[in-house]
Amino acid sequence: MDKRLERILPRVQKPARYVGGEYNEVRKDPREVDFRFAFCFPDTYEIGMSNLGYRILYGILNDMPGVWCQRAFAPWGDMEEEMRAAGIPLYALESGDPVRDFDIIGFSVGYEMAYTAILNMLDLAGVPLRGEDRPGLTPLVIAGGTAMYNAEPVADFIDMALIGEGEDLLPEVVNLCRRAKAEGWDKPRLLRAAAQIQGVYVPSLYDVAYNSDGTIAAITPRDGAPAKVVKRVVHDMDKAYYPAKTIVPSTEIVHDRVTLEVFRGCIRGCRFCQAGYVYRPVRCRSKDLLVQYGQEAVADSGYQEMTLSSLSTSDYPDLVALCDGLEPLCERDHVNLSLPSLRADNFSMELMQRLQKGRKAGLTFAPEAGTQRLRDAINKNLTEEDLHQSLRTAFSGGWNAVKLYFMLGLPTETDEDVLAIAEMANHVMHTWREYASNKSRGVRITVSTSWFVPKPFTAFQWEPQISREEYERRVKLLREAITAKAVTYNWHDGDTSFLEAVLARGDRRLGRVLERVHQKGGRLDAWSDYFSLDRWMEAFAECGIDPAFYANRERAREEILPWSTISCYVSDDYLWRQRELAYQSVTTPDCRTRCSGCGANVVEGGECYRG
Amino acid sequence: MGKLRLTFVKEGRAVYLSHLDLLRTFQRVFLRQGLVLRHSQGYHPHPIISFALPLPVGQASDCEVLDFEVTEDLTGAGLAEDLNRFMPDGIRALDCRPPVHPVRDLAELRCRVELLYDGGVPAGAAEAVNALLTGESLVIQKRTKRKALADVDIRPMLHSLEMEEAPEALVLTATVAAQDPGLNPALLARAVETYLPGLAPDFVRVRRLAFLDRDGKNFR
Repeated sequence: MDKRLERILPRVQKPARYVGGEYNEVRKDPREVDFRFAFCFPDTYEIGMSNLGYRILYGILNDMPGVWCQRAFAPWGDMEEEMRAAGIPLYALESGDPVRDFDIIGFSVGYEMAYTAILNMLDLAGVPLRGEDRPGLTPLVIAGGTAMYNAEPVADFIDMALIGEGEDLLPEVVNLCRRAKAEGWDKPRLLRAAAQIQGVYVPSLYDVAYNSDGTIAAITPRDGAPAKVVKRVVHDMDKAYYPAKTIVPSTEIVHDRVTLEVFRGCIRGCRFCQAGYVYRPVRCRSKDLLVQYGQEAVADSGYQEMTLSSLSTSDYPDLVALCDGLEPLCERDHVNLSLPSLRADNFSMELMQRLQKGRKAGLTFAPEAGTQRLRDAINKNLTEEDLHQSLRTAFSGGWNAVKLYFMLGLPTETDEDVLAIAEMANHVMHTWREYASNKSRGVRITVSTSWFVPKPFTAFQWEPQISREEYERRVKLLREAITAKAVTYNWHDGDTSFLEAVLARGDRRLGRVLERVHQKGGRLDAWSDYFSLDRWMEAFAECGIDPAFYANRERAREEILPWSTISCYVSDDYLWRQRELAYQSVTTPDCRTRCSGCGANVVEGGECYRG
Repeated sequence: MGKLRLTFVKEGRAVYLSHLDLLRTFQRVFLRQGLVLRHSQGYHPHPIISFALPLPVGQASDCEVLDFEVTEDLTGAGLAEDLNRFMPDGIRALDCRPPVHPVRDLAELRCRVELLYDGGVPAGAAEAVNALLTGESLVIQKRTKRKALADVDIRPMLHSLEMEEAPEALVLTATVAAQDPGLNPALLARAVETYLPGLAPDFVRVRRLAFLDRDGKNFR
């Protein structure tokens, strides 16, 4: 181990996250490696190692002979200070080698608040932040993940964004870069060639012109770059890589368990949900394969927790059979199976009851809106009756804690919708009084609201976020309406949601702002320990940029959106139609009931829902 | 019903694993290997495993002791090699056999404390440190279990001391009391920092070498 590192580790919190060496960490003989990929996660080790996509790509890259993919995470503040003071650059956990010496520095970016961590990690690595200041072929800085569907705010810093699922795309990009390295190409040649691969977006090959009102006048591709960069998807989940043998962290992480991904995509089509649109179409993994993966992963890791993961696990067609298949494993090896993302319907409740062993912890439901009208508007096809039916089962089965999640500021929301949230909480309490099997323990009902953030590639991508004053007024309205003692009300702090609204639909002019924020000390903005809205507001002012232009402005249908170069298959026409239906409170049936022609069916040749 | 005792090395990158990390790691190592541990009875059964003397984070050891119970009668033969296939980097099982002594008989700890001086060991350091540590008494401030600071004389807990001078390190090999109360060898370095500030080392490395029983023999 590096002598300088040995000296600082005793002084930092949780040093185990900075040394690697976990079970199943991939070690390779450097003499047999011709290409090194530094896989960076712009958040802490505990968060990054909990990410299934990160583990999948780590496995796929390391299965490539000659390629060594190594990990790097954002250090916590104490470690960063020590590293900077000792002159230790960002290093990869596997070899301890500086990240700047790798061929590719790749970021997995799931959310906008990670942008400053990207800049800070590059800075800590000693790599120039802007792509134009990195003229050499290596290190090439690339990024993928859900947030990269609109990569514009970080366009100045990354050389490429990889759009969609990376299983096939990332090895193609790596192989192109290996060829470029072997044949001595220069960077412009590599970028031009990469832009020809489906799913690769090279921001520097697009010129953006602006109108006098600040909106985009034109986005013009250069050097043969495609007018539309179309996302990549994995076609057959049964052939897709699953990391049954994967790193088992020695220190505790957020999701410290086996994760079985049962399907990708979502049939529901909630109109606010970016994941629901960009991960289309739905693709299921077959039940027998999942049982087999579950067995392999438990045996290899020694984990005794397993979770079924997807955007809406109750929609897995063979869910009961899958749980039946996993049951022997759970019994024999004392594995606890958990099912997050269940819908509040009866079927799910029965399943929950069956799986729940021992203590009955809290139940969580996300009605998202208080009235049926607004739930219809956002296409959250959950009726209050469904919810109460589930709660009747739950309360009579012994549960006594319920969490309810809502959003404030959804398009078309009125005060009536806000107040209905309080009524719903009261109704839940009455249901408990009537059905609870053991009233002596009391009931805990928690209502949580967040501030709605309109996202690209959703039906609400043209919508303004409501103003801060209005958001706070609605919070106050609800707070005063919730009177029952058993009901606790938590509301999300507005600072981050506002900034998310700016960054999610930002354009590349925000790059300067990110740079300023980083200079002022912004690093882990996803953490309230480090986030400061003042820092951001100062940076906006210094760059002459009005954040409200991005967060609170309604876009016209004809406006060229910053992410219009990207296609997730779902067409803008479809999204606009969905928006119009939202204003009429008309729901759209789920994909299994009827295809509503979003455009994703071209992936599977015209018929995307199977199974 | 078999009780077994595993001795293992913890070094390199693994020295940063906390006691809880290590507990979790071993639970999983046993499951990977397929060994069925005896579990506690009760509402939340947990495997019966315990470390003889938890090792402070950052210190290495050649002699860690882990006691556990299995459901079958096993001698432990071959188990150490078997378990090593499932360990994280830096943890290595040496030996596994039924315990001879109860943990309360673990009396002393042999350890090595390296005082590192980047600019070379200062002249006269060996003599001064030796005089300090082998004097009449050695009172240092120590945090008690109630988190308050208390003055403790650690001299009676230091049973033997040898010293060797390397080019950039003063290497102490000591035998200290292991428990009731035991001495964390890092406190020897702390004493030097406290009483000989001019000889405060740039870095301190601690390694446990052996556990001894009441007769001064290897604890088994």
